Amino acid sequence: MGKIVRILMAKPGLDGHDRGVKVVARALRDAGFEVIYTGLHQTPEMIVNTAIQEDVDCIGLSVMSGAHNVLMPAVVNLLREKGADDIIVFGGGIIPDDDFEFLYKNGVKKLFTPGTSIEEIVNWVRENVKPH
Amino acid sequence: MYSEEEKKRIEQEYREWKEKVYKRNFEKLPPRLERFSTVSDMEVPELSTPADIAGLDYDRDLGFPGCYPFTRGVQPTMYRGRLWTMRQFAGFGTCFDTNKRYKFLLENGQTGLSVAFHYPTLMGYDSDHPRSRGEVGKCGVAIDSLEDMEVLFDGIPLDKVTTSMTINGPASVLLAMYIAVAEKQGVRQDQIGGTIQNDILKEYIAQKSWIFPPEPSMRLIVNTVEYCTKHVPKWNTISISGYHIREAGSTAVQELAFTIADGIGYVQACTDAGLNVDDFAKRLSYFFNAHIDFFEEIAKYRAARRMWAKIMKNRFKAQKEESLKLRFHTQTAGCTLTAQQPFNNVVRTTIEAMAAVLGGTQSLHTNSMDETLALPTEQAVTVALRTQQIIAEESGIANVIDPLAGSYFVEYLTNKMEEEAFRYIEKIDNMGGIIKAIEAGYPQREISDTAYHYQKQLEKGEKVVVGVNKYVMKEDLKIPLLKIGEEVEEAQRERLRRLRQKRDNNKVQKCLKDLKGAASTNENLMYYILDCVKAYTTLGEIMGALREVFGEYKDPGII
Repeated sequence: MGKIVRILMAKPGLDGHDRGVKVVARALRDAGFEVIYTGLHQTPEMIVNTAIQEDVDCIGLSVMSGAHNVLMPAVVNLLREKGADDIIVFGGGIIPDDDFEFLYKNGVKKLFTPGTSIEEIVNWVRENVKPH
Repeated sequence: MYSEEEKKRIEQEYREWKEKVYKRNFEKLPPRLERFSTVSDMEVPELSTPADIAGLDYDRDLGFPGCYPFTRGVQPTMYRGRLWTMRQFAGFGTCFDTNKRYKFLLENGQTGLSVAFHYPTLMGYDSDHPRSRGEVGKCGVAIDSLEDMEVLFDGIPLDKVTTSMTINGPASVLLAMYIAVAEKQGVRQDQIGGTIQNDILKEYIAQKSWIFPPEPSMRLIVNTVEYCTKHVPKWNTISISGYHIREAGSTAVQELAFTIADGIGYVQACTDAGLNVDDFAKRLSYFFNAHIDFFEEIAKYRAARRMWAKIMKNRFKAQKEESLKLRFHTQTAGCTLTAQQPFNNVVRTTIEAMAAVLGGTQSLHTNSMDETLALPTEQAVTVALRTQQIIAEESGIANVIDPLAGSYFVEYLTNKMEEEAFRYIEKIDNMGGIIKAIEAGYPQREISDTAYHYQKQLEKGEKVVVGVNKYVMKEDLKIPLLKIGEEVEEAQRERLRRLRQKRDNNKVQKCLKDLKGAASTNENLMYYILDCVKAYTTLGEIMGALREVFGEYKDPGII
C-alpha cells in the first residue's frame, strides 16, 4: 500500500470563521487523506512547527479576515527558513482576484475562493500533492 | 381552533384529496424533487390544512401584539407606530475612516449606528501587538484606546443616536470607552442608549472570538449587567446572538435552540449573582439571522418570542411584562451571498429582509452585494439600506401587524420549531446547562455536522445556489471593492506610540494594578475598567492584565 498524503488544515491569524476549514477538513478526510486540524488563532510559527512535527505533505490555510497577504507568505517563508519547503501550501477564503498574483508569486501553490466545490479541492490535492 | 370532529373531517378530506387528486396529477409528470425540505433540511408538507393547527388556541398561543405570549409582536403598534431601526453594521480602517462612513449613513436616513471592530480589538490585542500583524483595520475599525473612540464618534451626538457594538470578550472595555466619550460630549451615562453584544457563549459555540475561559467571561458579563442596571438604564446589556450560530452552519431550529439556551445561561448567571430578574431582563435582547428560507425564518422569530415569554414567566418567574418580551435585531445571512454573479445578492437580501420584517424584528441590517469579496463600498451599502426603505415605505408589508398569523403553514411551522427547539433545550438542561454542553463540545459538533451535511447536499445538487451549482455562467464582472491598505496598520501603530508617550503612565500603571487586584476578588470590575479607560490605558493593556489573572481559552478544534 502506498503512503497516504498527510494534510495540515490551519487557521492563521485572529480570524474565527472556521466553517469552511472544517468542511474542507472533513471532506479531505472522507476522501481518504490523513487530515490534522490546528484549531483557531494560530501564528505562522505555530503552524509551521506543527507541520514539521506531524510530517505533513501540504498545508491548507484558511483566511477570511483579509490578512492573507501577510499571513500566507509568512507561512511559506518560515517553511523555507526551516528547510521544509517541500511542504506545499494552498489556501482558501475571502481573497480578491487582485491578490492572487501576489500570493502565487510568494509561494502559495493554489487558492480556492467561495463557491468552490469540495470535489474540486479533493481533485487538486490528488493531482498536486504526493506523499514524501 | 377547530373541534375534534371538524379536525377529523378535514383530515379525512385531505387524505382523499391527496390520493385522488394530488397524486394522480403526478402520474404523467413526477414531482420536481424527491423530497421537499427547508434550507435547514426540515421536510415540509405539500399543503397545510386547519387540521395541522386544530389545537391552536388564539389567546394562549398567539394573543394580541404587545400581549403575552407575544407571538404576534412585542409592541402593540408594531411598524404603524415606528419602523424598525435601520442599522447597518459598519467599521473599517481607522477611526477617521469609519467616522466618515457613519456620517454618510446617518445623512442617508440610517437611524442607528452599529460598530464593527477589527480582529485585534475583538481578541483583546492592541494594533501594535505581534499577533495583530496583517489584521489592522481589515474586518472592522481599529480601536485601541479612548482616543480612537473619541474620533469614531466625533460630531455624532450620543444622546440622539443609539449605537450597537459587536464586541464580546472586551465588551466591558468598549462600553466603558463609550460612556467616557459620552461624558466628554456632556451626555450623562443614564442618557445614552445602545447595545453591546457581550455574548460570550455563542463565541465558544460559533463565532470563536474569545479571550478568557467561560467562568471569568461570565463574571465580566454579570458585572456589566449589574453596572448598567444601576447606572446606564437604557443600555441593552447582552445581545444574545443566533446570527453567528446560523452562519457557522446550524439549522434554523439549532439557531433558535442554542441561542435561547444561551439566554437561559445568562439569566441564570445573573440571578445566581443575586440580581433580581425583573431589574435586568428588559435590557436583554436577541439577534437572529435572516436566512433564505422565507417561511422557516418567519416561523423562527414567532416561535422565539413565544418560547422566551414562557421561559421568563415559568422558569425564571419574572413578574414584569417587559421582562417577558423578546426584542431582536436581525441581519440577513452573509453565508447565503455568493461571490458569483454578485448582483443576485441584492435579491437574496431582499427576500431575507422581508422575512425579518414579517417576523417582527426591532432592527435590521441588510448585507451588501459585495460582502463575499470584501467589506462593502459606499455604493453597495446604499443599495442595501434602500432595500429596507423600499420594504418599509413602498411594499405595504409594514402596514399590517403580523399579517401571516393564522396561515395554516406558518402556524404549523411555528409550533414545530418551538417543539423541536425545546427538545434541544431539554437535552442541554440534562447535560447540566449550556456551559457544560459547550465544554462537552455538543453544540459545536451539532453545527459542524449540519454544515457538512449541507455542503454534501450542495455537491449532489440536492440544494441549489443559483450561480454556484446551477445556472452557472462565465462572467467577467468586476465590481469595485473596498481596499484596506497596510498604511492603516502603520498609522495606528504610530497613534499608539504617541499616545503611550503623552499620557500619564504612572496613572495607567496604578489603574492596571488596581484592576488586577480587583480581578482576584468578587468586586464588579466595571468601575476599575472605567478608571483604566479614562486614563487612556489601551484595550490590549487592560485585557492583558486580566489575561494574567484569568488565563486564556484555547480552541478545542472540534471538526
